Amino acid sequence: MIVIVDCGAGNLRSVQKGFERVGHAASITDRPEDVNSAARVVLPGVGAFGDAMVNLKAGGLIEPLLDSIDSGRPFLGICVGLQLLFSESDEMGRHRGLGVFPGKVRRFPDGVRVPQIGWNQVRIRRQTPLLEGIPDDAFFYFVHSYYVDPDLESDCVATTDYALDYTSVAGRGAAYGLQFHPEKSQDLGLLILKNFAERVC
Amino acid sequence: MLAKRIIPCLDVKNGRNVRGVRFSADRDAGDPVDLARRYDEEGADELVLYDITASAEKREIVADLVRQVSEQVFIPFTVGGGVRTFDDIRTIIEGGAEKASINSAAVRTPELITRGAERFGTQAIVGSIDAVRRGGKSERPEWEVVINGGRTPTGKDVLEWALELVDRGAGEIVLNSIDADGTREGYDVELNRAVAELVDVPIVASGGSGGPEHMYQVLHRGKASAALAASIFHYRQYSIPQVKAYLATRGVCVRRRVRVEL
Repeated sequence: MIVIVDCGAGNLRSVQKGFERVGHAASITDRPEDVNSAARVVLPGVGAFGDAMVNLKAGGLIEPLLDSIDSGRPFLGICVGLQLLFSESDEMGRHRGLGVFPGKVRRFPDGVRVPQIGWNQVRIRRQTPLLEGIPDDAFFYFVHSYYVDPDLESDCVATTDYALDYTSVAGRGAAYGLQFHPEKSQDLGLLILKNFAERVC
Repeated sequence: MLAKRIIPCLDVKNGRNVRGVRFSADRDAGDPVDLARRYDEEGADELVLYDITASAEKREIVADLVRQVSEQVFIPFTVGGGVRTFDDIRTIIEGGAEKASINSAAVRTPELITRGAERFGTQAIVGSIDAVRRGGKSERPEWEVVINGGRTPTGKDVLEWALELVDRGAGEIVLNSIDADGTREGYDVELNRAVAELVDVPIVASGGSGGPEHMYQVLHRGKASAALAASIFHYRQYSIPQVKAYLATRGVCVRRRVRVEL
């Protein structure tokens, strides 16, 4: 069963509907025991990094999430859900993240419109089951003011150009994070959700 | 490269699609869910549902519509029109829309923007401004914020108001020119450019589109990040692929729809 973790930041229904559209049931939960027993875990997230961490902590979800990743079960962070996998963020003060991927979450530099809103291209740097069938430089829907900066080049799966070339897909083993919203990126986004449900292991 | 966005707008009343000219006359123009599906199919980059229902059951009607649209389309959408309270914003976001667009209520209660952005993130809060040009076609035009569908002047300067909205947490600004709305004579390019040069968030141009050349002008000269239009798409005067093909020939980065067997 795919479990979508609710860390109190709204709009999880569209992720759930995305999975349904490609033939996979997914349940939304904020209960640690559901995360513990899930075959695949999805951590979406919008809003502020610090608030999301506070909510995960208050809900007793941090350990189940880390256990799930450590055990090698497929994991997908989306948007802020990707950022939470990193060590720390500069968003409104300094906040520690889950630390799965060493690296920082930084604000886009001056000179571009922030937030970045809209469809931008994703350049694939490393082949993975998650992006199987996705053409290079395809457009996906982004909405964010902060980007991830991994310490390890091997954690970068794909990049996007906005003010700088940044990591838009991170991954290691079966744990992945997407900066864009697959559930709002039409056919190609849905294909990624399908790959996550069927191919990532 | 970040693509410029083309956004069809559906004007909705009592759960039906209507088309207004200068925010007054309206006639029934079909089921909004069908239309949303058609625009999604054609490759719209986003959708805007602009709800003008005035009845007491408004919130239920909106919630139902948001649910139905998000069942069927997998592109982002915004809901605006008569968003008055924090609970209205919550209904929209929790129903599956990405953004709530706040117009008159922000003028009356600016804290609504602040609270909405704190709770749902700046990306979920769109500051929508209805602007009327003062000083005619002079070299230094000024624009006044109007509310209640363009009927009530506020005395506020559009540029100052845009700055305040962004400061309070609006992640995007929609500029709707009341002078141009429904005329199909082109967007107010100067209005868009003036605001785009002032604030850092993306600008969505609205009101006045008569076709692809108007869109090109406001995206290029007007520095808007997105162009919104209702009637030209609605009455099939132009299709979204036609508009995008034209913009591509003018060197504008646009996204084309990719189909995949799922």
